Amino acid sequence: MIERQRVTLTVNGTEHTVEVEPRRTLVDVLRHDLGYTGTHVGCEQGVCGSCTVLLDGEPVRSCLVFGVQADAADVRTVEGLGDQEHLSPLQEIFSSSHALQCGFCTPGFLMLATAFLRDHPSPSDEEIREAMASNLCRCTGYQNILRAVRLAADAVADPSTEP
Amino acid sequence: MTRTGRTLRVEDPRLLAGRGRFVDDVDLPDQLWLRVVRSQVAHAILREVDTSAARASEGVHSVVTGADLPEVGPIPVRVQVADQPLDAYLQPVLARERVRYVGEPVAVVLADDPYAAEDAAELVVLEVEELPAVLDLREADRAAELEMGYGDVDTAFANAAHVIHAEFTVGRHSGVPLETRGLLAAPRGGRLEIWGTTKVPHFNRRVLASMLEIPVEQIRLHAADAGGGFGVRGEFYPEDFLVPWLAARTGRPVKWIEDRSEHLVAANHSRHQIHAISAAFDRDHRLLAIADEVWHDSGAYIRTHGVLVADLTLSMLPGPYRVPAYRGTAHVVLTPRTPCGTYRGPGRYEGTFARERLLDLAAHDLGLDPLDLRRLNLLSPDELPLHRGLSAIGTAMTIDAGDVGGLLDRTIAESGFETWREGSARLRAQGRMVGTGAAIFMEKSGLGPLEHAGVELLPSGVVRVTAGATSLGQGVETVLATVAAERLGLEADDVTVVLGDTDLVPEGVGSWASRSTVLAGNAVAAAADRVAEFARDAAADVLEVDAADLRLSGGGFAAAGSRERVVSLAELAGRTGGFSAREIFEVDTMTYPYGIHLAHVEVDPDSGGVRILGYFIGYEVGRAIVPALVEGQLVGGAAQGIAGALLEEFRYTDDGQPLSTTLADYLLPTAGEVPPIGVLISEDWPAASNALGVRGAGEGGATGCGAAIAAAVDDALGRPGSVRALPIPLHEARRSGDGSGR
Repeated sequence: MIERQRVTLTVNGTEHTVEVEPRRTLVDVLRHDLGYTGTHVGCEQGVCGSCTVLLDGEPVRSCLVFGVQADAADVRTVEGLGDQEHLSPLQEIFSSSHALQCGFCTPGFLMLATAFLRDHPSPSDEEIREAMASNLCRCTGYQNILRAVRLAADAVADPSTEP
Repeated sequence: MTRTGRTLRVEDPRLLAGRGRFVDDVDLPDQLWLRVVRSQVAHAILREVDTSAARASEGVHSVVTGADLPEVGPIPVRVQVADQPLDAYLQPVLARERVRYVGEPVAVVLADDPYAAEDAAELVVLEVEELPAVLDLREADRAAELEMGYGDVDTAFANAAHVIHAEFTVGRHSGVPLETRGLLAAPRGGRLEIWGTTKVPHFNRRVLASMLEIPVEQIRLHAADAGGGFGVRGEFYPEDFLVPWLAARTGRPVKWIEDRSEHLVAANHSRHQIHAISAAFDRDHRLLAIADEVWHDSGAYIRTHGVLVADLTLSMLPGPYRVPAYRGTAHVVLTPRTPCGTYRGPGRYEGTFARERLLDLAAHDLGLDPLDLRRLNLLSPDELPLHRGLSAIGTAMTIDAGDVGGLLDRTIAESGFETWREGSARLRAQGRMVGTGAAIFMEKSGLGPLEHAGVELLPSGVVRVTAGATSLGQGVETVLATVAAERLGLEADDVTVVLGDTDLVPEGVGSWASRSTVLAGNAVAAAADRVAEFARDAAADVLEVDAADLRLSGGGFAAAGSRERVVSLAELAGRTGGFSAREIFEVDTMTYPYGIHLAHVEVDPDSGGVRILGYFIGYEVGRAIVPALVEGQLVGGAAQGIAGALLEEFRYTDDGQPLSTTLADYLLPTAGEVPPIGVLISEDWPAASNALGVRGAGEGGATGCGAAIAAAVDDALGRPGSVRALPIPLHEARRSGDGSGR
């Protein structure tokens, strides 16, 4: 008999309680138990970063975290970046910079960049490149992703500059 | 969602907000999860498949082997390019007597949840008697022999002042999209509904209907977002039969999501070829002939592309050069590895590598600058159109128009290539290993025979475009919306695009071979023009003016010289019940874009690692509908092409065990490896074969990378022509003359 454990977690401000197998990954809990399908699964091996979410504020690969480890945790996913009406500034800059094509890796990059820009409000280009090298994108060749993060950082540093 | 600001692409808002609809985003009540049991050996007789433990495993619904299959043939070839009998080499949907590669489907498990399915799959025991695995392309069995050419090649070589010969190898690469494959099939209301098909949905629906022996109308394909295509996604694979068949058989929704390790052994590989290539020159260094003998690895079976990649390799090999006589032969061989298909620039990436490497070697032997040798032999504008006496994908090759030499000059000027060269020479004099390289190539795009599209101005005022093209992430929705909007005086955001849903798009061909902007784009343009004419006539009635005196802009018609006499398209649609037009764009020739890749690299003498200091692409596209998307295609393609030159390869042991089964082994490039890539998009030579003048732009970003990087590494090492294989082995640099890396 498969045992299940009760887990209570907050996703984008909403509290959820689910009963999950101890081996069930956080990304499966988010996607298939709670319906947050914006977080994607690219490799289940912790390499590609498509499943990046913020767990208590820190970017993690949710394919390498068990759902039970997220008990009592605060999770942020791509669905929490904007609101029903608006994209967030970072999301808008990703579009205007053509930093996405198929969009599969994009939620992971958005979450990675959100935490990175919070911790590095004035990053150098090299810091941006190094941080964004954590995740894989197969469509864009990365240059527009790096440019988008640069523009987002500049917009925060000087809100008067329109990206 | 409503959108506050305009986004660059119509696809962007949903994808950025996490509201895309990829196949794994769809879950249905009562669905079963399917897991494929795959061969763990490369070549063996399959004695028995013991499923007893798997069947007893918790949560398992059923286990199916080849013995349970209905009478069903192998997966047919989609692209028949040569009159070659291939039936004996086609892949069955489940192996029965013989397994031929690691990863071949042997059985499937259905269970209530994916974890239970995976657990049970590991309990299926395959009893096998292993057979020898012949991996060497020259020793392997041959499935087909291709030959094409023109002119008197033998006489040209006999009379040549200079003959140059070399052999080159390209390793196994593939598209490896970030989203793996997946499929969900559900019996509903007497029909089979399917999510997850893309690329060529209408073709795949016909194949499936035929295999299931049901009418095509009983299968409905739903549109879904796709996480990258690159040639590999959307072909008909064994799972494309197994999932719908088992949904029909069980009466329940069946879902299969490929995991990454499966993808790397199950989805098409590509590129693996050996070229033995020769060129003959006269005493003025003009090409007299090229002869190329190719060993093309098809893997364990012939899949849906048939012998397409080998055919394209041969037909595109002479490229943008004046080649008076040419002979290409290809041996399509079978090896106990994952079967092969296309990958962005199929045949051109490989052939460009072989031809451009040979020209670099020739330039060195003849004591010429590599660019000067090329300039001497490039086709000039006044030699076009050129009927080359070859056929590509069954179409007669006519290189329509262009100025390759002119693009070369502009690309060199814009890139700063001469500065790279001077800098390299200076740094080499200081002992650093820095070099530059160039590759020139011809692409092909806009494959016919036809594509369907419709444009509707609905009574609500909504403009809806439907087309047989499919979205693989390339931005085709934005391109088609832009084409329709231009013709209707609207913005792209005002247009809704529907692709890939067989109830809304009854006929279509699909998205591959850089064809969508050319084929679907022109079909949409024609349909939108007709809708605009219907609306113009209606506006003339409403405004009581002559139709010729109406101007269409800003979403409505205005009478010339009158600000008051205006009527919007939405109002016209409301008054009349709307307008619609369907068009089929037909074309029997391809268009031939061409381009230049320039590379500037430094080799680390200790590690052999190659760092790219500069990269630049010049590409003739005829016309760029949305330039940012063309640039995105070129830069993204270059990242893949560069990685194929330096990082990516599916490696195997001598007994056929795959070594590249995770993304930690098959090395996709990261932001740390892909350099800034400069792009010159040329719109000087619109294609004459279509009204938009477009030449497809999906593949040229990748095509020249192997050749350009190899040339630059050669130059850095000071050993012209020494790079003979892709990906470039690290030991090439470590064998360098100064010995510092030893």
